Amino acid sequence: MLELNINNEIHQVDAPDNMPILWVLRDLLNKKGTKFGCGIGQCGACTVHINGQAMRACITPVVVAKNAKITTIEGVDEKGQHPIQIAWKENNVPQCGYCQSGQIMSALTLLETNKNPSDDDINNHMSGNICRCGTYPRIKQAIKQAAAVLANNEGDK
Amino acid sequence: MNPLKLSRRDFLTYAGISSSGLLLGCSSIISNSSKVKILPPENNATQQLNIFVAIKPDNSIEIVSHRSEMGQGSKTGIPQIVADELECSWDNVHVIQGKGNKEYGDQNTDGSSSIRKFYDKLREMGASARTMLEQAAADYWKISIDDVYAKDNKVFNKITGNSVSYGDLAELASKQPVPDIKTLNYKSADNFKYIGKSVPIVDLDDILTGKTVYGIDVDLPDMLIASIERCPVLHGQVKSFDATEALKVPGVVEVIQMPPTPETVVYSPLAGVAVLATNTWAAQEGRKALLVEWDLGKNKEHDSTIAFTTFKDNLANKPQRVAGRGDVVKGFSEASKVIEAQYQLPYLAHAPMEPPMATAWFHDGICDVWACVQDPQSVMANAASMTKLPVDIFNVQPTLLGGAFGRKSKTDFANEAVYLANITKKPVKVVWSREDDVRSGYYHAGAVQTLKAGLNNKNEITTWAQKAAYPTIASTFNSKKNTPQDFELSLGFGDLPYDIDNILMEKAEAETPVRIGWMRSVCNIQHAFALNCFVDEVAHAANVPTDQMILKTLGKDRDLDPKEAFDFNFTNYDEKLERHPYSVARYRGVLEALLAKTPIDETLPKGQGWGIAVHRSFVSYVAVATKVEVINQRLTVKEIHTAIDCGLAINPDRIKSQMEGAMIFGMSIALMGKINIKKGAVVQSNFHDYPVTRMNQTPVIVVHLVNPKNNAPGGVGEPGVPPVAPSIVNAVFAATGERYRELPLNQYLTI
Repeated sequence: MLELNINNEIHQVDAPDNMPILWVLRDLLNKKGTKFGCGIGQCGACTVHINGQAMRACITPVVVAKNAKITTIEGVDEKGQHPIQIAWKENNVPQCGYCQSGQIMSALTLLETNKNPSDDDINNHMSGNICRCGTYPRIKQAIKQAAAVLANNEGDK
Repeated sequence: MNPLKLSRRDFLTYAGISSSGLLLGCSSIISNSSKVKILPPENNATQQLNIFVAIKPDNSIEIVSHRSEMGQGSKTGIPQIVADELECSWDNVHVIQGKGNKEYGDQNTDGSSSIRKFYDKLREMGASARTMLEQAAADYWKISIDDVYAKDNKVFNKITGNSVSYGDLAELASKQPVPDIKTLNYKSADNFKYIGKSVPIVDLDDILTGKTVYGIDVDLPDMLIASIERCPVLHGQVKSFDATEALKVPGVVEVIQMPPTPETVVYSPLAGVAVLATNTWAAQEGRKALLVEWDLGKNKEHDSTIAFTTFKDNLANKPQRVAGRGDVVKGFSEASKVIEAQYQLPYLAHAPMEPPMATAWFHDGICDVWACVQDPQSVMANAASMTKLPVDIFNVQPTLLGGAFGRKSKTDFANEAVYLANITKKPVKVVWSREDDVRSGYYHAGAVQTLKAGLNNKNEITTWAQKAAYPTIASTFNSKKNTPQDFELSLGFGDLPYDIDNILMEKAEAETPVRIGWMRSVCNIQHAFALNCFVDEVAHAANVPTDQMILKTLGKDRDLDPKEAFDFNFTNYDEKLERHPYSVARYRGVLEALLAKTPIDETLPKGQGWGIAVHRSFVSYVAVATKVEVINQRLTVKEIHTAIDCGLAINPDRIKSQMEGAMIFGMSIALMGKINIKKGAVVQSNFHDYPVTRMNQTPVIVVHLVNPKNNAPGGVGEPGVPPVAPSIVNAVFAATGERYRELPLNQYLTI
């Protein structure tokens, strides 16, 4: 039995050490917001945070997350009120929506370290996340908007 | 776990709809209640007004979207149209994903047809339900229907000013006779409330919180997950297999051989061996441990590079006439300048972010299927055909689709799930890996085309010859078909808009080594590429700006009838020419509108250039202008500007988003997309060797909507793609003087 902290909840799970976190989340713990896209860390659809770092859950063995904190899309804000979710809504970003969990999880770690990302910063950080529908222009816009809101909130403190 | 969890949006509400109604008719469902009560409702039972509209006493409005949602936005656009005529409040609308049911009409969500083919019917459904509500209120007040009107989820009494809510009227309305279609009143365009409005997509909140259900997300008690090792070569078969090691993998439950691939593939499963396990990882690990010996069959030596040479030989030596007019032999002999070029595009895979996924479960005499399919009725028909079971036992619920682009119209993956579920008698979810998706697809066919133009001494094109060879989609449904069919040549080849005296259109044979399917924009991809690159070449040879060459060659504004013009059997996207004419004026207009807003004549630094292209497809018109930079053989796409005239715009923001996405999809085709076949098997496997456009490659994209209130609604999802690749190639020529006639460009330039 492995003990996992997912979105600040403790889960016990019976999984082999080498099972990727993606399938532990999806198949064993029924947390299906994290998506499968490629299985080789090429597309970013499965991006989650492990101790605040964006990781590709499809190639990360679950044993890596022992004693660590995992955050998934379900843990961002279940009511969708996080500034990044609001920015995504205001820009009507998604088309099919399938890659957007991963896009949001990747974008969040950019905003953790960069309060005012340039186009190049966003391109560099987000180029590991594929969107086949082509929502990139709106993702970029939403990231900038969320950055501005977060910077404002920071200023208010 | 509750199997009904898919019904978060009451998916199963419509399970009971029988075939008693007419096609798309308004069969009301009889309530059990014997006495009519207006206030208060006894319960919140759904009252069905027709197959698209139901109302609950709590005032919520259920509107069915009968087409699949794959990102194109029709799950929002369809209810917008119904809601407008229904005069309901959008905040009260709850969208229900329609199950497979022929009463809805065609549910195959392809051909950019959800809005253009159903606009009138959806308005009818809304108007019919509204009329039933109005009549119910009139009966209640004992006044004429002329003395009431509907607005904002209520019916108002013109005499007293009183109103009654739709919720309160629901049950009474459901007992009204279905109004005669001829008597329905429709809103004038001035009064549209939702049509033409950028309503956010209905799944937006759920997408952003990880609550949506795609094909891969379906879960049932005791469900097994299948990962299938398919024969790498089409028409190869399993000779033998050893599952000993696979069955030792913890979680693996069963190993089952799939049926042999039939000669005519349609949507049959491919030959292979399925590993079934209690979770996806175990199924995939078990599959790796399988030992399969294949009989690779007749295609085992196929090489796509060699096949392209054969296509070219066939074009040169064995052309078959498709259509034409005048005398091209005489025309070319009299021309003062003759230009000829050959273009080649590779095979392509759809690669939606969610690979194909399907779940099936036989229980209680029926088979439930949940799958990310573009056509639930096709699942029903094909599952029935494969299992020899009655079609009506298949209860098919489309999930959301994580992208599709045509791949998920082919329901082979649902058939795989049905096959395995029928053997195991347990719920089975078939999970495709990315490698499965790239290697076992229904490919966009590789194509070769030759174009030839003769010009007079005024640099006018007087003679035109075009030839095309590519494996036909028809081969998927009839293994004997081996030339492009009229329905394919109707996608931008036989409907040549140019007004030229002498024209010859020909085709040639091309063998089919893989399953051929339709991918977003279909044959328009190769046809628009060759046409727009070639007219650019002709313009440069004549030393005339490309836009002027196009506009001059188009001739007079007119409605083109390709049958009349060149005796070509034009299918016009299954639309009547009266409703959706091929308007040369709109073709010209969309190009002119784009160029008026795009600085293509700006002075550029060395290594930069603009290219243009324009195309009609899916009865809409799109022009694209692209600016590129090529420095030290490195290509950067800097800006893409596009204009679309798709007729009446239902949801302008979703049209813009589709156009943005189409530009990016078109970039993947132009820059990187290529599927090779060697030894009969697809060489590529995943995003590292089948790359698609990433954010860092994406330029500034500017979208213009032209005449969004005129004309009947046209297609939106596909028309944006075809002009993109030629605009890029033409821009590269403008920037460098190098003419590339074979895609993708990453074989010549660093991307």
